[in-house]
Amino acid sequence: MKKFLTLTAALAICTAGVAVADPNLQSMMDDPNQWVSQTGDYKNQRYSKLDQINKDNVGNLQVAWTFSTGVLRGHEGSPLVIGDTMYVHTPFPNIVYALNLADEGKILWKYEPKQDPNVIPVMCCDTVHRGVAYSDGKIYLHQADTTIVALDAKSGAVVWSVKNGDPGIGETNTATVMPVKDKIIVGISGGEFGVRGSVTAYNISDGSRAWRAYSMGPDEDILVDANTTHLGKPVGKDSGMNTWEGDQWKIGGGTTWGWYSYDAEENMIYYGSGNPSTWNPGQRPGDNRWSMTIMARDADTGVAKWFYQMTPHDEWDYDGINEMILTEQEIDGKARKILTHFDRNGFGYTLDRVSGELLVAEKFDPKVNWATHVEMDKGSAQYGRPQVVAKYSTEQNGEDVNSTGICPAALGSKDQQPAAYSPKSELFYVPTNHVCMDYEPFRVSYTAGQPYVGATLAMYPAGESHGGMGNFIAWDGKTGKIVWSVPEQFSVWSGALATAGDIVFYGTLEGYLKAVDASTGKELYKFKTPSGIIGNVMTYAHGGKQYVAILSGVGGWAGIGLAAGLTNPNDGLGAVGGYAALSDYTALGGNLTVFALPN
Amino acid sequence: MVKNGLAQFDLRQSVFFKHKGNSMGKLGILLAVSVFIGSGQAAFAAGTTEEKPDNIKAAYSEGGKYFTEDDVPTYNIAEDGKIDWPSYSGFRRYHSECHVCHGPEGEGSSYAPALKVSAIDMDYYDFVDIVVNGRERVSASVNSVMPSFGENANVMCYLDDIYVYLKARGTDAIPRGRPRKKEPKSDAIREAENVCLE
Repeated sequence: MKKFLTLTAALAICTAGVAVADPNLQSMMDDPNQWVSQTGDYKNQRYSKLDQINKDNVGNLQVAWTFSTGVLRGHEGSPLVIGDTMYVHTPFPNIVYALNLADEGKILWKYEPKQDPNVIPVMCCDTVHRGVAYSDGKIYLHQADTTIVALDAKSGAVVWSVKNGDPGIGETNTATVMPVKDKIIVGISGGEFGVRGSVTAYNISDGSRAWRAYSMGPDEDILVDANTTHLGKPVGKDSGMNTWEGDQWKIGGGTTWGWYSYDAEENMIYYGSGNPSTWNPGQRPGDNRWSMTIMARDADTGVAKWFYQMTPHDEWDYDGINEMILTEQEIDGKARKILTHFDRNGFGYTLDRVSGELLVAEKFDPKVNWATHVEMDKGSAQYGRPQVVAKYSTEQNGEDVNSTGICPAALGSKDQQPAAYSPKSELFYVPTNHVCMDYEPFRVSYTAGQPYVGATLAMYPAGESHGGMGNFIAWDGKTGKIVWSVPEQFSVWSGALATAGDIVFYGTLEGYLKAVDASTGKELYKFKTPSGIIGNVMTYAHGGKQYVAILSGVGGWAGIGLAAGLTNPNDGLGAVGGYAALSDYTALGGNLTVFALPN
Repeated sequence: MVKNGLAQFDLRQSVFFKHKGNSMGKLGILLAVSVFIGSGQAAFAAGTTEEKPDNIKAAYSEGGKYFTEDDVPTYNIAEDGKIDWPSYSGFRRYHSECHVCHGPEGEGSSYAPALKVSAIDMDYYDFVDIVVNGRERVSASVNSVMPSFGENANVMCYLDDIYVYLKARGTDAIPRGRPRKKEPKSDAIREAENVCLE
């Protein structure tokens, strides 16, 4: 492989002077006419107060306009709308378009970075990208090759650029960044290449680095202090090293490619870390802290306030990177600042986001079987730990042994596709996978920049169910219960949107945009877009009219397994429904489809 | 055994040129194994023969591995339905190293070709060359890059296994899913594996 240029001193063209916070970003998020962040707001609720489109009229929805991105690979994330301008991104080569909503979507500017195509094969699972971010008059694009560029939102001119990682050792990016005050918070991908995950804060004025926090390693790398806790107890010295054998932590994974949320009052950021490397648990004895961990860090310094490791010593690739949704709800009569997280491992977690106390941990897919439950007894030595079922333990079954019938599969009961929360219904709307797997770990050797996996997987729809590979569910986070569940033929790989119109939108892999009743899940509208949907639904208003927009363009994880259809080696012939190949329903193509009510 | 040293030498040249002496020891061992396999490719490539040689049928076996008449690695299904160990090993290694781009069981994905087809359509030596050295197809409409695996022991030590597995998939000799019955791992294979991974 060609060596990538290391742009060590790439703090080019710095025009801005002093670092200034952007006091307007929160107020812009509060304005439902705009969609200024990939996650809708800092709380990751993906909720809009717009109600022009509502449950009574959504059935009349029509396509208002469309836009082809010119790129064929998997399209994740969504556009942003800032004032009169819509910003649309693409997968590799990571083009950004600025479209003028006041002039029928005319292209104001287009930015296409030059990236070494050798980054493509070091990206796990397609060259997806989850979108640009905005603050302080700048659009931030974190490219596949980990170059972050700040573009002038008006002209598209490069204000500064900085390199966050090295694709030559498997460090890549698929995620958006989160602007917080005078910084942007930036993650990294590469858990399947033995990358040691980290989160880095860069100053938005000039791209200089403010702090970096690794997921594992010495205390000065993982930014902990005497006050950092895990389930109410201090994490103690060397917590990022003493649950690893030898130097394995140096290639320990725990990458940070998910979504980030921010609580301004607490000045804390929240995110999750991914799987430990390798997928062969036998090669990395110990709890492998702090992989698979919900992290709460100070936004200014990066110092951790609390951790919660959901899946100690992962044996199934249940990355913990899914979004942390922040809400204020009453639990047992007490008003709480809550963090809700739907993990790949199939458990929906509710925590107090100030203290890190674990309040609820329940399965959000009844088929989850790798653990019986999470121990909630604070007096128990097992407190907070999942109780692993020996039969489904790929560690206990050992190397070169095929463990069968594990639910969920490695892609999780839910992957990165973000859920939505409606403060009106106090329910979470969760896109899920209904897929199980066989998993056989074996020994692998590490070579920098090469895949470092070490397991063979076979995936298939959950047995003794509806035969499909997905569900779209409504979840009560206070009690940890499914309120309703809509079966889907394929995994739901699209981010949801809830609105004040008492409706919830999501996309399907066949390409449908669907609207359902927020209280019952009843389907109210569907339209088949040009390609399968793995993007996230967003909404905005322009000229007094509400629009709903979705990127279609099948690919990503879904494009790997589902393109050819899944098989169940344990079933005979005659299996129904869910075994269909996605390629019978849709083909590649990057398109934005924008919907509105008829005039 | 070695019918065509020249073709093999060409492959060796390209490997060494690409990696400029990195991991020489490891590659040396790999190549020793490859040379042992030998080649009947030149005659075919030159187009002097009218008949395409049978690239599927196993003509003989050695130490648990199977080869065509032209000494190209291939799979074998015994009368009792057992598949050869290398094909089984290839199933495992394929799903560790190739699956995330090329889809389950060589079926292809939304962005990478179905290797069960490539393994049939493509000459063995071309197949090896692309795995070792990689390939780029980048244009306005295509961004397809196969990385170089020449320095990756998890691939190189099992390259023939992956190849024969994919050939078996391409001819439907092995159905999708995990192969059920297999020959045991031979001592010769175990030894070669240990040496290769060191």
